[in-house]
Amino acid sequence: MKKIIATLILLVFTFYTYNTIKGFRFGHDFLNAKTNNKKISQKIEPAGKHYLENNKLENNASNVVTSIVVSYRGFDTLGEVTVLFLAATGLGVILTLTKKEDDDENENDSSEGEPSLIVKTASRILFPLIFIFGAYVFIHGHLTPGGGFQGGTIIASAYLMMFLSYSNFKINHSIFKSIESMSGLTFISIGLVGLIGFGIFLKLNLIPMGVFNTLFSAGLIPIVYIIVGFKVGSELTAVVDSYRENW
Amino acid sequence: MSWVETVYNYSYFVGAFGLIMIGLYAVMVKTNLIKILIGINLIDVGVNIFLVSLGYIKGKGAPIFSNASVTPANSIDPIPQALVLTAIVIGVAVTALSLSVIIKLYQHYKTLDISKIREMRW
Repeated sequence: MKKIIATLILLVFTFYTYNTIKGFRFGHDFLNAKTNNKKISQKIEPAGKHYLENNKLENNASNVVTSIVVSYRGFDTLGEVTVLFLAATGLGVILTLTKKEDDDENENDSSEGEPSLIVKTASRILFPLIFIFGAYVFIHGHLTPGGGFQGGTIIASAYLMMFLSYSNFKINHSIFKSIESMSGLTFISIGLVGLIGFGIFLKLNLIPMGVFNTLFSAGLIPIVYIIVGFKVGSELTAVVDSYRENW
Repeated sequence: MSWVETVYNYSYFVGAFGLIMIGLYAVMVKTNLIKILIGINLIDVGVNIFLVSLGYIKGKGAPIFSNASVTPANSIDPIPQALVLTAIVIGVAVTALSLSVIIKLYQHYKTLDISKIREMRW
């Protein structure tokens, strides 16, 4: 009965979706398209076209997606980081609301499911390599695909591998919490320097803009993305660790 | 034959909305909380694929000017990609928070079946 109702709802949804999106053309060049309406075509330029054409002049970053995320929508990224921080904090609060009393039982369980020597040795060798790859991804966020969020996630996955292969692997929570809060504070204070001094939140050319398509380019974009990488990496590691401890 | 051509030309849209349909079906029919969360994640992924494929322009490449052959004239719209980056991060946050709530529900009721959990059946 429930399945029939669900299928009917989905059929209605499919019908209306098809009728809505059948006018869209996949792969249509809407950035350079001419509209038939002459009043509109003179005034409106797509925002994507503006970003593509003025990115080199305004941000000096090779990766346009990064310059949108950090520069044009930098305040939006601050909100995104805040959402991630709130979720990590709320998760910690929910998971530690009621402490489990049978701690001795957990100790016994963990010694039984110990992984083999091969897994342990391989993950000990791979851990620094994955860590360096994550650092590479967020340092080169303005030159190659990637950035702070992706690099931070890679670093957290390195820690996840260590948690899986060593059942007694412990991280120092106070260090991770302080890295997270310090990077959040640095992001906000860099933004506020621009707001107070120049009237623009996150003004990029506080430091020299550098040469296009080299590591030292794009002003503050690599610095902000390194901070975001540290923040996301420590946050997600703490999330994984609190799942492991409170299961 | 017209609808076959439509499916062929719009395969990204069809795939994205297919994922959304599968996710909605899982959310409506399944009673296991983990499966419902997987359904919500499928809707999330479907919406992200739809947004990215809206920004695609035929014959153009990624908007990263790391070599001289890429110019503003032959790169795709960067805005949907930046927005989807935000959406993915929010999706991770939502998934992590709801998994923690599911863990607490399981510890309290000793079951993941919502039809057995008090005040959650429909």
